[in-house]
Amino acid sequence: MTGEELLAAAEKEQAARRQAKYCVAVCAAAGCHSLGSTSIREIFQKAVNEAGLGEQILLYGTGCLGLCHAGPLVEIQRYREDSWERWLYHHVNEGMVAEIVRHHLGGDQPLAQFLYPLDDPFFRSQYKIVLENAGRINPERLEDYIGADGYSALWKAVSEMTPMDVVREVTQSGLRGRGGGGYPTGLKWSTVAKSKGSRKFVVCNADEGDPGAFMDRSILEGDPHRILEGMALAAYAIGAEQGYIYVRGEYPMAISRLKTAIRQAEKVQLLGNRILESAFNFRVDLRIGAGAFVCGEETALIGSIEGNRGTPRPRPPFPAEKGLWDMPTLINNVETFANVPAIVRNGGQWFSRIGTEKSKGTKVFALAGKIVHTGLIEVPMGISLRQVIFDIGGGIPDGKQFKAAQTGGPSGGCIPLPHLDLPIDYESLIKVGSMMGSGGLIVMDETSCMVDVARFFMQFCMDESCGKCVPCRAGTAQIYRILEKISSGTASLHDLELMEELCDLLKHTSLCGLGQTAPNPVVSTLRYFREEYLAHIEQKTCPAGVCRMGAPDAACGSAEPVQEKENCL
Amino acid sequence: MPEKPTSLPPPRGDKRYKILDAAIKRHQFQPNAILEVLHTAQELFGFLEEDLLIYVARALRVPPSRAYGVATFYNFFSMKPQGKHTCVVCMGTACYVKGAADILSALEKEHGIKAGETTPDGLLSITTARCVGACGIAPAVVFDGAVEGQVSPQYALQRTQQWRMETL
Amino acid sequence: MSVKTLMINGQMVSASEDQTLLDVLRENGIELPTLCHLDGLTPIGACRLCLVELAGSNKLHPACMTRITEGMEVTTHSERLVKYRRMILELLFAERNHFCSICVINGQCDLQQMGYDVGMDHVRFEYQCPAVEVDASHERFIMDHNRCVLCTRCVRVCHEMEGAHTRDVMGRGGSSRIITDLNQLWGKSGSCTGCGKCVQVCPTGALFEKGRSAAEVVKQRDFLVYIKTAREKHLWIQ
Repeated sequence: MTGEELLAAAEKEQAARRQAKYCVAVCAAAGCHSLGSTSIREIFQKAVNEAGLGEQILLYGTGCLGLCHAGPLVEIQRYREDSWERWLYHHVNEGMVAEIVRHHLGGDQPLAQFLYPLDDPFFRSQYKIVLENAGRINPERLEDYIGADGYSALWKAVSEMTPMDVVREVTQSGLRGRGGGGYPTGLKWSTVAKSKGSRKFVVCNADEGDPGAFMDRSILEGDPHRILEGMALAAYAIGAEQGYIYVRGEYPMAISRLKTAIRQAEKVQLLGNRILESAFNFRVDLRIGAGAFVCGEETALIGSIEGNRGTPRPRPPFPAEKGLWDMPTLINNVETFANVPAIVRNGGQWFSRIGTEKSKGTKVFALAGKIVHTGLIEVPMGISLRQVIFDIGGGIPDGKQFKAAQTGGPSGGCIPLPHLDLPIDYESLIKVGSMMGSGGLIVMDETSCMVDVARFFMQFCMDESCGKCVPCRAGTAQIYRILEKISSGTASLHDLELMEELCDLLKHTSLCGLGQTAPNPVVSTLRYFREEYLAHIEQKTCPAGVCRMGAPDAACGSAEPVQEKENCL
Repeated sequence: MPEKPTSLPPPRGDKRYKILDAAIKRHQFQPNAILEVLHTAQELFGFLEEDLLIYVARALRVPPSRAYGVATFYNFFSMKPQGKHTCVVCMGTACYVKGAADILSALEKEHGIKAGETTPDGLLSITTARCVGACGIAPAVVFDGAVEGQVSPQYALQRTQQWRMETL
Repeated sequence: MSVKTLMINGQMVSASEDQTLLDVLRENGIELPTLCHLDGLTPIGACRLCLVELAGSNKLHPACMTRITEGMEVTTHSERLVKYRRMILELLFAERNHFCSICVINGQCDLQQMGYDVGMDHVRFEYQCPAVEVDASHERFIMDHNRCVLCTRCVRVCHEMEGAHTRDVMGRGGSSRIITDLNQLWGKSGSCTGCGKCVQVCPTGALFEKGRSAAEVVKQRDFLVYIKTAREKHLWIQ
């Protein structure tokens, strides 16, 4: 494919969409899929055909529309007088399909009683860059992505930009790594671009491990070509010819969509040799993870791609200098790559106008837990947590009281009520003892016990510790044991003190990020909910009524602990 | 620890070994492709028995101890046969705060096995996942590969009992 | 080879650029405990006992894997480092079943000696007491997992020096175990050459020779440096 052909294909697709009487996008993301959206789509197709509208209606499955709790979702769009009209049907069932087809598609009479108001704060407060194609494209069709200006950034890069231009554009945008740490993406790219090596690699970290987070999954499933284009731009910028996507084995749909996308792109020379007739070559291979959280850590991920146990190694040297097979390697997260095509297409300056001074652009969050609108949202950086939870998220269900918001997964922390007006950006979240993380936002109400939550995360870290370094391997087990004692009302204040010492040890001496951040959930809940811990220890009660007081279970996998605490040497 | 032979298993005219061989060939016998090959092997055979692991290790020129170390590092690989039906309870944060632990304990109690185990009749395996990425519809349970959301303990019991009824 | 000057605990010290920080420290008589590190084996920075503070970095760095740079300012025994080292050792003692008084290597054990050195008089953590096995199937050696600290010296020496790769690590986290081939009995291993290098490098009583009492166990480790020097510098013994 040449650049001209690409533009022509985009024109053709756009024209087809405009000419259609209606475009009907049925959400095909994981949430709606498990609520039966696939059969809804089939029923829709059948009804449309029976009504004789098959020719005039564009019907397709699309990426996550966001409102997962109200699924299955169907969005109907119509182009009229230079703008798009949109309607969103929620909780769609078989009976509704027939009516929608008859009245809305056939008779131009939207069914107000089934519609979700699109002027709801849930939609109004969002700003979509990464998720801009949700509802717009069928993730399994390359043509759809091209029609949505897909690969035009790649064409722009290979035809009129030097690799350094691309790096400059990304640097100027102020984009920071969306995987959690927030390392400036442009800086990383220029480091890899300047590192010397006979070969270089681009790796997409799609091992989304944080429990309670499904942003990357939605992007991979809803817009796979976007990731490929972002990776290709990165490869062009740093001089790599090979890329890997390390994707979780738990996401079979994402894997199959990526496989399809790679095949499609290779067929028309958007990947492979001489991309868009330029001298730039780039291939992408998939590597399927096998269920190890620690593989989200970049050096462990490299180990895993190389076919080893996914244990991290100390940095430096950083992967930017010595990564895959000791070659300079650029590792970015899915959402980071997904931002890149838009940045190159619209310019870094455009991107840098969105967000706050130090955190640019938007962030995708997965809202989950005790919140009315569970689902996927994309908001500009700097928006307050209160807006996210109460305006967009619709607040807490069943008239309960908000207690804390957990961000950053097992590496993050809980943010209590007094900090709700905090703007969401990397620095602010760290200041209150949490972190941006990959974007899982779990809301807890008064019925959640913070000791129990801390215990949950510590168990997670203990199970996921790779076992290489001592503080993480043995320390998480000890902290977990103490939390178990606290939540069963058998701990003393001395235990609490010991636990805090252990948290400090892990933070400073663990080898990788997993161990260093493992104490965060404990430290942050201790910081804001210390009285809950004390209630468990001193009054032997659980204020939230979650923990069952009584003798703790024996330590995992062992008999009664031997009471030999004195000198053993 | 049982005694184990280290001899190469004969492919036994098994068609699955042919598919496995093709996968190994596709990765050009590269030792670093062991994860990919183990994925294929588990897909074909359901679990990684020792003979199979030795077969893969030999083909990729990986020491057996390394192959075993890699296979046991990742949750995804199973060294024991799985039940006819599988039930994966998501224990991600979102599911946990919405009561996934209750679902799991109900299932464990009903079937008399712990998570990660298979019923003695080989009918049902119960496992947990750290997150299946269906947090929007928590709590989620995967019944035989299909994710279902907003599952209650009663519903989970009903689904698994149904499997039991079918085999009677 | 260029020479660098660095500041260690306030003292100026010179070193050549290919040395690791740990080499330099030892050369200058500053002892740090090390479990996973052993001269001659690839360092992995896993035991975290040799962590030091570097001026200008808010992280701690494992001396065994830190390359020296000009003007580096190193602190090796600050209050918190001493405390961390002791806690890490306590964690190790509480992790498996370490009972020195009945150990074959009592008095010759690296772990025990480190405990003495850091002044560990008791363990504050709850003993985990895992049920682990002893493998005495080999005709000359015994592997006792109760005393294993997962330093992986045996894994590395088997792979790097002997080239047999009989050993590796299985599982992960607290359930990690050192394995022989496919987690089988040592005595039945097809790849073990019986060289005994793993026994010599083991820092504790996890690997030991049959039929020897505590006083007779002296671990010999100089062979590592001989082999390594010979391989790298081609200095074969005539």
